[in-house]
Amino acid sequence: MRPEDEIIRKRQRERARIMAILLGGFVVLLFFITMAKTGLNW
Amino acid sequence: MPTLEMANPAALPADWRDIFALTKPRVMSLVVFTGLAGMLAAPAIPPLALGFTAILCIALAAGACGALNQWYEADLDAKMRRTAKRPLPAGRMDPQSALHFGVGLGGFSVLLMGLATNWLAAILLAASILFYVLIYTVWLKPRTAQNIVIGGAAGAFPPLIGWVAATGHVAALPLLLFAIIFLWTPPHFWALSLFVRSDYAAAGIPMLPVVAGVTNTRRQIFFYSLPMAAAAVAPWPLGLTGPIYGVSAAILSFVFLVLAGRVLANKATDPAKMEPEKHLFAFSVFYLFALFTVLVADRFLPW
Repeated sequence: MRPEDEIIRKRQRERARIMAILLGGFVVLLFFITMAKTGLNW
Repeated sequence: MPTLEMANPAALPADWRDIFALTKPRVMSLVVFTGLAGMLAAPAIPPLALGFTAILCIALAAGACGALNQWYEADLDAKMRRTAKRPLPAGRMDPQSALHFGVGLGGFSVLLMGLATNWLAAILLAASILFYVLIYTVWLKPRTAQNIVIGGAAGAFPPLIGWVAATGHVAALPLLLFAIIFLWTPPHFWALSLFVRSDYAAAGIPMLPVVAGVTNTRRQIFFYSLPMAAAAVAPWPLGLTGPIYGVSAAILSFVFLVLAGRVLANKATDPAKMEPEKHLFAFSVFYLFALFTVLVADRFLPW
C-alpha cells in the first residue's frame, strides 16, 4: 500500500469514528427530546 | 487493491479537523452565547433537552453559514493573508464537499429545530441562514460598503431565535436584543477592517475603509455607537429588565463610547499605529458577552 493510500484509510477511519459518535449522540438526543415532548420532562 | 492517483490534495477525503474549521468555531461561540442568553432571558424556560437542542440547532446553523460562506468566498479568501490558510483556499478540501456539508447541516438544523421546539423558531433559523448566505455573502458583501450594516441582521437573529424557541412567540425584549447586535456589528467590524484594510483591498471587497477612507470610517464607527448604546440601555427604562442590567449596560456602553471617541480622534493611517481601533475591536467582543451575561443575571438574581 502506498503512503497516499495509508493517508486515505487513516482519514476514513477517523471520519467513520466521529460519525459513529455523532450518530450515537443524536440517538440519545432524540430519546431525551421524545421524553420532554411526551411530558415526562427528563 | 487498485491504488488511487492523489496528485491533488483536495482529492483526498477531507480531514475532520478541516471540516470542523469550515464551521468557523470561534464565530459560532458568540452566536451560541447570544442565543443561549436570549433563551435564558425569556419568561418561560424550556425542558433541558429541548433547550439544549435549540442551542445545538443555532450552533449547527451558524456552522452551516460558515461553511457556505467559505465555499462561496474561497477565491477571495485565497487573496487575504488572514484567510488564505482556510481549508478551501489552501486546497485541502474539495469545494463540492464544503457545499454539500453546508447545505446538509443547515437543512438538518432547521428541521431539528422545528421538530424539537416550534416552527416559528425554525422559520427564523432558516431566515437567518438564508439572510447570511444570500443577502450578505452573495449580494451585499461584494457590492456595497454598507454590507456590514444590513448584513449585521444575520448575526442579530440568535437571541431572538433562542427566545422564540423557549416561548413560541416574539416580544419586545428579544427585538431590542436583535437591535443591539444589529447596531453593534458596524462599529465592531469597521474597527477590524480599519487595521486589516489592505487585506480587504487586495481581495476587492468594498469595506468602508477601502471605499470611503479611514477618517469617514472612524466617524461612522462613532455615530453607529450612539444608537447602539441607546438600544443597549433601553430595556431598563422600558421596564423590560431590572437595574442590574440597566446600570451595567450604561457603564459598558459608556466605555464603548469612550473607546469609539478615541478611534474618532486617531489620525493614523498605518495599521501599526491603530491601537485605539484594536482596543475598540477587542472591547466590542467583551461588551457583547458582558451585556448578555448581565441580562441573564438580571433575570435570575433576586434584586
